[in-house]
This record gives sequence, C-alpha cells and structure tokens, in this order.
Amino acid sequence: MLGGAVVVSFAMAPRAFAQGQNKAAGSTTPAAAPVGDLKAFPYLDSWLGIDATGRVTVFSGKAELGQGIMTALMQCAAEQLAVEPATITMVMASTARTVNEGYTAGSDSMNASGNAILQAAAQLRAVLVGWAAADLSTDPSRLTVADGVVTAPGGRRRSYGDLVQGRSLHMKADGAADLIPPPQYKIMGRDYPRLDIPPKLTGAPVFVQDMRPEGMVHARVVRPPNYGATLTSLDLSGVAALPGVLKVVHQGDYLAVAAEGEYQAIIAMRALQQAARWQVSKTLPDRTDIYASLKAMPATSQVIAHRGSGGTQPGSRVLQAAYRRPYVMHGAIGPSCAVALFEAGHTTVWTHSQGVYPLRAAIADMLSVPEDAVDCIQVQGSGCYGHNGADDAAADAALIAQSLPGRPVRVQWMREDEHGWEPYGSPMVAEVQASLGRDGMIDGWNYELWSMTFMTRPAKSANNLMPAWYIPARFGPPEGAEIPLPSGGGDRNAVPSYTLANEQVTYHYVKPMPLRVSALRSLGGYFNVFAIESFMDELAKAAHADPVAFRLKHLTDPRAKAVVELAAQKFGWDAAQRLPSGHGRGFAYVRYETIKAYCALAVEVSVDAATGQIRLRRAVAAVDSGNAVNPTGIKTQIQGCIVQAASWTLYESVDYSETEITSRDWSSYPILRFDAVPESVEVHVINRPASPSSAPERRAWGRRPRRSPMRWRMPQGCACATCRSRPQR
Amino acid sequence: MRRRWLAGLGIVLLVAVLAVLSFGLWARRPAIAQTAVPAPASFDHATIRQGARLVAAGYCIECHTAAGGQSYAGGYPVPTPFGTIYGSNITPDPTTGIGHWSEPAFVRAMRQGIARDGSHLYPAFPYTHFTRISNGDARAIYAYLMTLPPVRDRVPPPQLPFPLNVRPVMAGWNLLFFHEGRFKPKPDRSAQWNRGAYLAGGLGHCAACHSPRNIFGAENRREAYDGGQSEGWSAPALGRHSPAPLPWTKDELATYLSNGFVPTHGLAMGPMAGVTRQLAKLPPADVRAIATFVASLAPAPSADAAVAAAAAARAAYHVTTATAVAGRGPAKTGAAIFAGACASCHFEGGDQPFYRPVRLGLSSVVNEPDARDFVHIVMAGIQPPSGAAGRWMPPFGVALTDRQITLLAQYVRSHFSGKPGWTGIARAVSDARKEPGS
Amino acid sequence: MITLHVNGQDHAVEGDPATPLLYVLRNDLRLNGAKFGCGLGQCGACTVVVDDEPIFSCQVPISVLAGRRVTTLEGLGTEKEPGPLQKAFIAAQAAQCGYCIPGMIMRAHALLKRNATPSDDDIRRWMQPNLCRCGTHPRILDAIRTAAGRVS
Repeated sequence: MLGGAVVVSFAMAPRAFAQGQNKAAGSTTPAAAPVGDLKAFPYLDSWLGIDATGRVTVFSGKAELGQGIMTALMQCAAEQLAVEPATITMVMASTARTVNEGYTAGSDSMNASGNAILQAAAQLRAVLVGWAAADLSTDPSRLTVADGVVTAPGGRRRSYGDLVQGRSLHMKADGAADLIPPPQYKIMGRDYPRLDIPPKLTGAPVFVQDMRPEGMVHARVVRPPNYGATLTSLDLSGVAALPGVLKVVHQGDYLAVAAEGEYQAIIAMRALQQAARWQVSKTLPDRTDIYASLKAMPATSQVIAHRGSGGTQPGSRVLQAAYRRPYVMHGAIGPSCAVALFEAGHTTVWTHSQGVYPLRAAIADMLSVPEDAVDCIQVQGSGCYGHNGADDAAADAALIAQSLPGRPVRVQWMREDEHGWEPYGSPMVAEVQASLGRDGMIDGWNYELWSMTFMTRPAKSANNLMPAWYIPARFGPPEGAEIPLPSGGGDRNAVPSYTLANEQVTYHYVKPMPLRVSALRSLGGYFNVFAIESFMDELAKAAHADPVAFRLKHLTDPRAKAVVELAAQKFGWDAAQRLPSGHGRGFAYVRYETIKAYCALAVEVSVDAATGQIRLRRAVAAVDSGNAVNPTGIKTQIQGCIVQAASWTLYESVDYSETEITSRDWSSYPILRFDAVPESVEVHVINRPASPSSAPERRAWGRRPRRSPMRWRMPQGCACATCRSRPQR
Repeated sequence: MRRRWLAGLGIVLLVAVLAVLSFGLWARRPAIAQTAVPAPASFDHATIRQGARLVAAGYCIECHTAAGGQSYAGGYPVPTPFGTIYGSNITPDPTTGIGHWSEPAFVRAMRQGIARDGSHLYPAFPYTHFTRISNGDARAIYAYLMTLPPVRDRVPPPQLPFPLNVRPVMAGWNLLFFHEGRFKPKPDRSAQWNRGAYLAGGLGHCAACHSPRNIFGAENRREAYDGGQSEGWSAPALGRHSPAPLPWTKDELATYLSNGFVPTHGLAMGPMAGVTRQLAKLPPADVRAIATFVASLAPAPSADAAVAAAAAARAAYHVTTATAVAGRGPAKTGAAIFAGACASCHFEGGDQPFYRPVRLGLSSVVNEPDARDFVHIVMAGIQPPSGAAGRWMPPFGVALTDRQITLLAQYVRSHFSGKPGWTGIARAVSDARKEPGS
Repeated sequence: MITLHVNGQDHAVEGDPATPLLYVLRNDLRLNGAKFGCGLGQCGACTVVVDDEPIFSCQVPISVLAGRRVTTLEGLGTEKEPGPLQKAFIAAQAAQCGYCIPGMIMRAHALLKRNATPSDDDIRRWMQPNLCRCGTHPRILDAIRTAAGRVS
C-alpha cells in the first residue's frame, strides 16, 4: 500500500566499489577502465577543477533536487581528493559548464556521477602527488596527503594550489587510480550535513523562483481549458492597456503576457483569460470507467518474466485479486518556474529541469535554432519527484523571451497550471492469480499489468514540450517510450522480488495517453509493489502463515532476508500479538528495480470503522543500499518516500470531467497534512561498505483494500465484523 | 447571543417554574436493567445496513464524535445558550458507551429522552424530533450502533449552571415543551413528501436549528423553519423567509443536501457542512424526499421574479469583480481588501473558472439578514475534512483587523446583495473573536 | 504609498494597494523566504508573521498592513547566525527540497511565541495549514520539538 518514490541514494556502484575493495584487500588487479559517466566523459577537467588558491570545483551533470546528491558528490570528491569539504564548490547540471549526464532520475546519480567523481578525484589525487614528488624530488610513496596539502617526510610541502600552477588537468581518466578504501573514510559514510539546507532555511536565493536578474520581467501563460482546445477569438485591447503590461504573446493557440511587476502580470493574465474564447471538445475519457477503459485501449503485450511452467498450478489452491490506482500527480509545492534571456541570438534558460541537455535539444527544436544557440542551466526548484512542469516552464520562458530580447523573462506557473498541466503518473491495473501448494508455498504466480508509459520527457524533439503543442509549428503529439528492464517503466518491479518456482508476468503497455503522463517517482514500482505485497499478505492469510514468516520462506538472498528480519525486529513484529480493535499491521519487502537497494517495511494502521478513514500510525523500514555515502540522507529519503506514498495511497486521485482536469488546486487534489503524519517513521540503514549495490526506494504495505486512494469502504454501509473483513474491490 | 439568552426572564424564573413542575411527579423514570453487550452476529446485515443509512439521515456522528476522536465515541462540545453539553459515547463500550443498553432502553432514549438508568437527557439530544421515528427504524439504529467497534472514552459532564445541571429539571421542561408521538403521514400529500417529512422532521431534526427557540431553549413551533441558529451560526429560514435571492427548487435542494454545494445558492458551512456530508450517504430517493418536503415549505415563486433576481445578482457580480481585479479600488477600503484578499478566487476568468467560487450575489450568506455567517466564514475560512476534497477558503481572522473585516463586509454586502446594508457587523466580529479557536 | 514595517525596518512601498504582501516582499524588498506555492491560502509556503500571528502572505493585500509588524524568515536569523528555530531545523536536517520549509519555520515561530512548550498534538494542529510534498513532516516535527526545548 504505501508506495513509492524515487530516490537518489548515496550508495556506490559495484565496480568502483569493488575496485576499492580489491585494493583494500590487497588485490593486485585493479579495474582498469573508467566507470560511471567517466566512460563517456573521460577527461578529469570535465569533473574537477582546482584554482591557484587551492579551491576545488566539482562539476556534475546531475541536478540537486532536494535529494542531497550535491552533498553526497561533494563527500566523494572531498574524501578521494583529501580536501576539506569547505574548499569545494559544486557546479551542477549546466549545458554551459558540465558534461551531459542525461536526466537526474532513476536513482542512478551515484552510479553515474558519483562513480565518475570518485574515480576522477582519486586519479587527480594521484596526479597531484606525482607532481609534488617531482617538485620535491622525492618518491610519491613517501608523500602523505591531507587537507589539500602534500607533505614529504621532514615537512616539506606543496599545496594543491601550488601544484596546479602552470599545469593542465586536461588528462584522460585511466580507471586505474587507487580509491581511498572504506575503512579509511573520513567524510564518506558520515552524516555530513547537507550543503543546501542552511541557505534554504535563511532566505538565500537558492531556487530558480528566487532569481531576480537586472531588468527581469514577470510573465504568466494563459493555457487552453483542455489539451485540445483551440482559440476562437481574442480581444487584446483591455489587456494591453493594463498597468505594467509589456507584451502579450499570441502565437497560434499560445497565449502569454509579460509585465514589469509580478502582481501586474497576474492581473493581466486573469484579464487575458477573460479576453480569450476557446473551442472546447470532450476529449477526456469517462472518469467513472477509468480502469475498464485502460484495459480496453490499444496495447502491446509482452511476457516479461517466465519461470518454470509459469502461472498457477493445477491441483493447488488458487487465489486471485485485482489492484488499481488512478492518475496521481507530482504536485510540487512550488509551481514550475523558469527564467530565460534571449540576447544576441542566444537563449539562456535557467530551469529546474532534471535533464538540461535533453531539454536544450528540445528547446532548440522548438525555436528552430541550432543546439548551441541555447544553454540550459539547472537551478534548484521545488521538489519534482519526476517529470513535472519544469521542462515546460523552461520552454515557456524561452518562447516568451524571444519577444523581449535583452530582458530576462521569469515565468511562474500558477497553481492551476501545475495541477492541470503537469504529466501525471499513469493509472494502472494489475490482475494476479497465485496458487498455494500443500506446503504453504506459492507454487504458481501469474501477474498481468496494464499501464501507460512513464517516459515522455523531452529529448531531441519538441514534441514532448507542452507549450510547443500550441505554437504555429504545432509540435506533438507527445511521444512515449518504454524503459527496458531491469529498470523498467510501468513494469518496474512487476517481477516479484521473491524466489518463485513458477511465475509469469505479462505487461500490457497501453499506448494512448488521453491525459498527459510521464515519469513519477519510482514509475511503476510503487503500484507493482502495492499489488504484489498486498497479494502476498492475502496469500499469507490464506496459508494461515505469519506475513513476515511467509515472505522469508520465499526469499533466498541473505541481504533480502536481513532487511525483512531487521524491519520485523525493530517494529516488534509478533505473529501472536493481538492488536487493538480497529488496528492492523502490514509488511512489505522489495528489491528496487530487482537489482538495486533492498527495503522492507512494517506499518501499523488504524481504521475508523464508521467512516472508513485509514490512518498510518507508525512505520519501520530497513534499507540496504550497499555502501551508504550519507546514511542520514538515505534515512531522510526513505522517510519522505513512506510519507509521500501514504499520501498517494490514502488520498490522491486526479479528477477530471469530459472537458477538463478538475483537480486544479489542493482543495480538489488533497494530499496528506500534519494530522495524518505517522507518530513515528523509523528507518534503519544496513550499511555495507563492502557490498556493491545502489539506490534505495519505496515500499509497500498490504492489506485488504485493493485500490488507491484507499478508504475502508463499508459494503453498503455495513460495519459488522463480517463485512469489515471482506476484501474490497 | 448568549447574553441575550441569559438576560430576559433569567435563570431565576427558570428555576421557579421548572422546579415546581419537576420534583416529585416526573422527576425520575425507572431504570431499565443492564443487559450483556449483544454479539454483533445477533443482528442481521439488512438491519445493520438500514441503521447505517438512518444514522446518516440523523447525522448522529456529527455531535457524537470529538474533533480528531474516534467515530461515535462522543466528546463533541455542543454549545447551547445555557452551557456546553458533550455528545455522549454511543459505541457499545460497556463502561463508557451504551454497551449495556438493551434495545428497549435505547428506543426509550430516542423516543422520550430518558437514559437507560432513568435519568433525563438534555434536549440538545433531539429526542423531541426522534420521538417520531418508527419502531423498525429505532431498532435498526440500535443494531448499527451495537455493531460498531467499542471505544472506551469517557465524555466530560455537561457544563451547565444550576439548576440546569440537575437533570430532573428536564422533566418539567418536557411537560411544557415535549410532545411524544410517532410520525403521522398526511394522506393528502404524496408518498415522497411524507417520506421527506418523516426524515426531515424526525431523524433529520432540521427544525432543531432552522427554527427560532424561546427563552427556555424550546423550538417555537408556530415559527417552525423560520430560521434559527446553531453553534454561533445562522440557520437560515427554509420557508417563506428564506434569504436566498433565487428561490430554491427541489432539484437544487437535493443537490445541495447531498453535495453540500449548489452554484445558485452556495456552500453548506458551519454545522450544515457536516450534515450534508452525512446526507450524501443516503439513498438518492431519500434525499429527494427531504428536498420535496423542504421545497414545500416556501410558496412557489413566480418565474419572472426568479429570472429578475438572477439577472440582478449576476450583473452586480461581473461589474464589481472586473473593477476589483483591475485593482483600481481606493486604498484602505473594502474594495481594495476584496481585490487583494478575495478576488484571486472570487472572480470569473472567461471560460476558465477553475475554482468555481460561490457567486457572491447569489450566496445566501451574503443575503442573510445579519452578518454573522459572513463574518464567521471570513475569519475562519472553509476547509473540508483533512484528506477530503472540497471547497476551500483560507481564514482571514488573523490577517484582517476587526475594522478591516467590517469594511469588507460592508463592501461585499453593498456590492453583491440587493438587500439593505448589515447593521451590527462590528459586534458580530467581536463576538466571533471571543469564540474558542478564533 | 504604504509604509510596511518588515523585520524591524520601515519600507515605503509604491503600487497597487491590493497587491498581496508576498509579491512586495519578494520583488520590492528582495526577501526570498516567503515562497509562492498556491496563491490560494492552501499550502502555507508564503507564511509570514504579522503581529505575532501567521498569515498567508499570498492572500493579504498590503493595504491592510499599515502600522503592523511583519516578520519574515530573514527576520529570524542569517546563514552565519541562524535563529533558534533555523538552528533546530538545520540540526534535524529538516528539509528535502526545502521549498516549504521557510513557511514551516514561520508558522512554528508564531506557535512558540504563544506557547513555549507545545504538546505534539498542539504542534500538529498548529502546522496543519502548511503542506510539505517531500514527506519531511517527521523531521519538521522533530525540529519544532527541539526548538521548544524538548528532547526529540
């Protein structure tokens, strides 16, 4: 039930780590190739710079999204370079300054960027030591390094600042450098406080929303009433005369207004809304029939897992269930925002996009200019949890800026824009049957899944930039892509994390997108774990087994068992314990993307039998994401995932009519508030400095309700004990 | 309001009259023996389900559940002109709830306002209306309540002044004001009307709030449905004196009662918000029946009058919001406050009225005879229950001073309502400030 | 022209008196603490304190604020010298994206001014108007407890 979320974790990737391990263990066979994104961008100065004062600059193509990646990367660099964290400046995701590391998504940043920086920093340290040896005419092995200073026996020393004078860092990575091994960590593996928190908490201009370059103007966009509406008439006379209005942008069905003041822009936007008349057609599917219509849409079907004889076994006891979830939104607290400047034929966009390079290509396509006429620079925004309005707001700013050369244009989406126009998480349906053998083990498993794409991020073309759909060039329709397993899109974690003798998993990839959809935290992972783990609880009950013991029986990986046992122990899971009336507990286990972090979760919930209101009372999670660079960072992320997933599961559903999205604010799309926050959310991290792995994730709790938003629906209002214990549809 | 109540004839008279009537004759009724808590399985599903619908029709949960507390475990403070009475725990907990109540004891409480132990209940529990319900319905409610999970939660005693804190006094009150008896259908009315009258006049106890009360706190039956008050809110007149600019239709009433909102009149607020949340659980036919009954309380309007009222209300709306949104109102006046604080939602934007706010010109609140509800809403805002979707308005009680709220009320009344300006706005504001939670 | 008293200083502000305080704080006074979240008084990202009470600055026109004390996040401390609540939030690492946190701190600031030792229930009830999407709530509650001088 509780579900999911993205998470960038701070664990290190297998190879870099394994290499460090080997060294630590005295191995003589170092890995000899660059890892992570160092493979694609092998020059050290793409990642690291040192100036004459010894200040270090770390360049990462990944974006800080509030997940703490900037701090974790800094820890990697500081550790391996042997410098004080305070001497490091982080430069994140910018087409003007960093390499192209694609999207910051999929809990992959430590693998891709972390490993690159780790290895580049280790190599650079070796290089610096080598230069110092030459300068000091001694053997490198006699030198020690600390705080950015290389010291020879007897006290002669060279600082990094001295050493880089007149020397170039433009050299290729060889992948052969010795990493500082985990036992010697001083900065990695520690709860280093996040670098971005103090400025955020004291009012520094950290967010793109806070940018205020000289001469900036404020813009607002007037969107059509729905995706397919067309402009039929427009009377601009009143709007243009309003105080402060500088420009009304009217291109095809695209409407925006820019003004000197922000409130003036808002007034003008409201006036422009009144001045526009639209042809609106009924283009949205029947809200009441969302799941039947999902299954009826054109789909490509594929068996994504098959083991043994697949499916349920003849002669065994067969159980079945169907699970559902509606459209769910990202719902950033700060609506999307971007600043763009068009000057001398070049467009610079400051954006909270998760992928500055793909966005640059898409914006260039939209503007019909070469890519090098556009730069995209990532500046932090409100938490996005996937592909929200960030890229579209950047496109808005770029478009409007073309009409106001020389003036930075700040586009701030209104709340109704964010709720109504962001791409949602796809609705999903899972139908599952399983058979239980006489030994109480699952001897057959058949899982069918229906989902739309989780990938319509902008890439090369402007088709996935929403504003581009309405300009005269009429880009679109948006294109969805599938993400191959093991990462997966809608089918992420559709293959159970258990060892089952016979299983079959079929993925029906639904092509149409009547409502805009794209990447939302953990993609299909949240729902698949919700469905699988709910069903595991139902199976355990049918097998008269304790849910924890039942799961353990179906697990073989010791790391899997360890998280399950730890979560159960810390929760105080007692199969014999009777909970108070109206209270229940649930358990879930998953290995994220089937190859990444292990997570188990135990929760206690209560249900108000009269109202059906469910409350999450407490949650205890155990996580093993390998080598934890920043354990507190992992805990914070997992904690956040649990709370956000509780909100998805208990409350959230995008509402719409035939003609428009009607979830346009927090009153029409409520999310969890403080009164529903669990009394405690504990996260226990199993740190395995010697184990390969990667990111953390989500979890799930299973109980009878089989759809979200979850409410204990009394069958026809009956609160009797028999009715209460019946599974819900 | 409270002061007015306590003035008048005053407690002294109350004591004199009630004490004489009470003691001796009707002061105490026999207790009904405790029974073992009945097993949930002893009730059949159909009866429990019927009970679930009936408790929704009586929205019992509203007064029998404390904020943030477990359903039906009591503790909700019901403010009355005489003091605070707490909704009782009606879960089947044997010590703090009604677990040991037999069915006859429960039915007697519903019908006569007598607790199992023979003591008198206060008429804040509307047995004065529940007395009309049928035997079958009373039993079904009992079945539903007795199958709820028991919750052990003791409810605070009523906070009433002497002599009202002496329960036998209520025997005298009952003698004067309570008329026991089942509902009697009117043969000249339709079945639907009679069903509505049964629900609205019995379990629904609409008149309990929507009628004026005398100084003894009893409903004035001659002026039934002519408007009353509840928990500091106005309960507007439902019949001929309805403040609504557009006459209510049966369809609108049905929509309002089950959705809590109808664009032509407004949003259910204050205690009525919870009522409509419960009525939403009724079968549509029952809601229509109540609507039929309530619609019959007012004379049928002439079609012309309705159209004219609507046109006037809409015209006023458009003119003023356009002005307000453009921000041209003079400083420090209600118009400027409205423009900055209200117009971001209370304005219509072409084809995109995303927030679809209440049209202020049509709002009953803006057209009521006094400013009390308007002031409440401005100060406290409107929030649906946590986690539920629903209409929203932020509170302005902290942001705006008393004077500013008064100016805003004057502005809204004069610009959106065709009715005379409100008097006593400042008093309504200062009264609202004194309420707990403000 | 309206004179606003913000963080102990008077500021003469020109412009439409209907302008919500939020835009004046951010754009005229260049104070970044209060954030635009919804413009509807539903999320609390714009929370500032006026005369010791928390308000939604996105919904309060400057015309009503003459003569009243406005305190924003910047009035509580600086990055070098954070105030007690800011310190407690930093110590608890009570931020993920951090966008909602300034509003959280300001609402909590008003709570601690009126009640130095709030119970957990007091804190939750008081913080109810403010939304966080990252799920940082447990840490936010910890930070407020700590700032209130209680062991978390």
